Amino acid sequence: MGNKKWIAMLLAGGQGSRLGELTHQLAKPAVSFGGKYRIIDFALSNCTHSGIDTVGVLTQYQPHLLNAYVGNGRAWDLDRNCGGVSVLPPYQGKTGGHWYEGTADAVYQNLQFIDQYDPENVLVISGDHIYKMDYNKLLKYHMKQGAHATIAVIQVPWHEANRFGIMNTDNEDKIIEFEEKPMNPKSNLASMGVYLFNWKVLKSYLIQDQQNPASSNDFGKDIIPKMLGAGSSMYAYRFDGYWKDVGTIQSLWEAHMDLLDANSTLTLTDPNWQIYAGNPNHPPQYISAEAEVKQSLVNEGSIIYGKIRHSVLSYNVQVGAGSTIIDSVIMPNVTIGENVIIEKAIISNNAVIEDGAVIRPSKESGDVILYGDSQRISSHI
Amino acid sequence: MGSVLGVINLINEKPFLKELTQHRCMASVPFAGRYRLIDFTLSNFINASITKVAVFTKDKYRSVMDHLGSGKEWDLDRRNGGLFILPPIHPDERLKGDLEHFHDHLEFFQRSHADTVVISPGLHVSKIDYNEVIAQHKAEQADITVVYKDYQGDPVEKPVYHTCSIDDKGTVTDIQLYTYPMPGEAVCLETFVISKDLLIELITKCVENGEYDLIKDAVKANLHSLRVKSYKFTGEMPFIHSVDSFHSGNMEFLKPEIVRSYFYETWDLYTKVKHEAPAYYGASSRTSYSLIANGCEIEGVVENSIIFRGVKIHPGAVVKNSIIMQKGEIGPGAYIENVIMDKQARIKENATVVGGLQPVVIKKEEII
Repeated sequence: MGNKKWIAMLLAGGQGSRLGELTHQLAKPAVSFGGKYRIIDFALSNCTHSGIDTVGVLTQYQPHLLNAYVGNGRAWDLDRNCGGVSVLPPYQGKTGGHWYEGTADAVYQNLQFIDQYDPENVLVISGDHIYKMDYNKLLKYHMKQGAHATIAVIQVPWHEANRFGIMNTDNEDKIIEFEEKPMNPKSNLASMGVYLFNWKVLKSYLIQDQQNPASSNDFGKDIIPKMLGAGSSMYAYRFDGYWKDVGTIQSLWEAHMDLLDANSTLTLTDPNWQIYAGNPNHPPQYISAEAEVKQSLVNEGSIIYGKIRHSVLSYNVQVGAGSTIIDSVIMPNVTIGENVIIEKAIISNNAVIEDGAVIRPSKESGDVILYGDSQRISSHI
Repeated sequence: MGSVLGVINLINEKPFLKELTQHRCMASVPFAGRYRLIDFTLSNFINASITKVAVFTKDKYRSVMDHLGSGKEWDLDRRNGGLFILPPIHPDERLKGDLEHFHDHLEFFQRSHADTVVISPGLHVSKIDYNEVIAQHKAEQADITVVYKDYQGDPVEKPVYHTCSIDDKGTVTDIQLYTYPMPGEAVCLETFVISKDLLIELITKCVENGEYDLIKDAVKANLHSLRVKSYKFTGEMPFIHSVDSFHSGNMEFLKPEIVRSYFYETWDLYTKVKHEAPAYYGASSRTSYSLIANGCEIEGVVENSIIFRGVKIHPGAVVKNSIIMQKGEIGPGAYIENVIMDKQARIKENATVVGGLQPVVIKKEEII
């Protein structure tokens, strides 16, 4: 089984508490996206297209759905005899066991898993981001630089740089400093949460880090600064495609609107970089005689009698006659009655919106509205 | 109830869909936006827990083999049982009939632990509950149960159907081969339930006597020596026997009650999964009364049509009363009406194709 060029460790244990109702019963990587996907599909499909055949998926928070969804990895062509997908929840060993305390701890607890493959490099990614990336290019760059670690970065607008982990680099893109959410950013190169490590080097830092009781066992907060302090050779790899952290209701909504924007670089139709998903089986969508659908993505199994504008509808969504949906995201299995108005909202899985209901942001805030799992919305709201 | 073996018999197919069956067998003709005809039978088998299925193919089977793969989509990749594709074993010789083909693969039947066999031609667009058929077969202590449906629809152009005479006890007293059925006449759906042992016996005996036709030599010839019962299928099922009826059978799927009955009120219908994105409707799109599959990009007008996966309809294009199969493309400003477009066909910018009473068929990969 040993001696792989590289393997990936996909961090999928995050709660995503800022997604409110959406993550009450499932982990953030399992949140529905784009009408038929879950957020984790992007990272998994990237692995497949980049030729990575071994992926450890680290789960912890509300793992049932995610575990079942990833399954044996077949949807992503990752059902392999040697390697493939392994779901890795926290476990008990001879000397006890404990929850994954931080991102670095999660990987540390799976040292044995990684060592089975004796990989030269380990790619650490998260299941929280929407992006299509060829990790091969990152690997090539990493090898060329002879780096101990290469961190993928993306240029963000300067005024937003204080929301990200920022890499300060020299002229050769060698990382000289890492700042988590700096007040006065010196660079606008934000970490994408995509790290490629030389495994031998990372392993020694993970072991060291475990012995430090003060450490929070986090890649960003502990491992990267420690490696930089020790003068490790670390490079920033500039990625210039679409990348979005969909950690908030607003950003999740924005990413969906990007799907509908012809000028956006986020597309789902690239035949060479399809996003694979665990496909539930649904009939074609039915568009009735009185329906009107424009500037929208609609998935299979949906039955549309109303008006849909600039929205994303997932599978098994029913929209009754006389209803209007504008600038919204409708997640799977939602039933919308007749004469409903929904504007700038995310309607979460299984919700039932009764006839005549009106869901739109308040005039003052204009914030995207979220209706959570299985809520029943009646007309008096 | 013992275990049941499913047999999909593609030997007697008649290629009456012209261009659509030029390169593929009937069973793999695309239908209703994302399916192939064989999906209906396979899904019905799975619903009845028939998990060992043999597909006896004759010719032009690349398409059906590609579609079926390992059988995974129908849960037929099993350690025990699963999917078996059985092509003719003497490809150079003309097959004398389905019984010869069954005989060539007799070991398949002999080795199976099943006690009952369901045989279906794999091309009916129906949701038959085989559990019910098998239960009736056993309750009636029938040797053979013949599934039939009362004919409906326009008169057939060619005598492709066999009709049954049935007495008031449900016994099949005669089978008329190759007829033009009138509405209400019992059309044999070439779907049978039979015990495995009896099937093996009939196959062996017929072939020894130089008889090779299942329906003629095994069923019809034994109507008086065996207990042959009938099962009347009363559910939805368009009779497909011509390009015309194929078109209208598809169009049935634009009726909400038909959509509900096939897709939502009965068991799931499985097919090969493609990883297509959701369908995108552009700003200039006007789609109504249509069935649309994933992966489509629609910028034009679509009315009263069935659009398969990955079809592109450019701005200014108009599609009416048509069926566009996988990866078709309708150029800007083009107009099509009453058309069946096979896979990957393309209509050029501003071209017009209008079918008459008979829909126009555009061949696979053809460009107009």
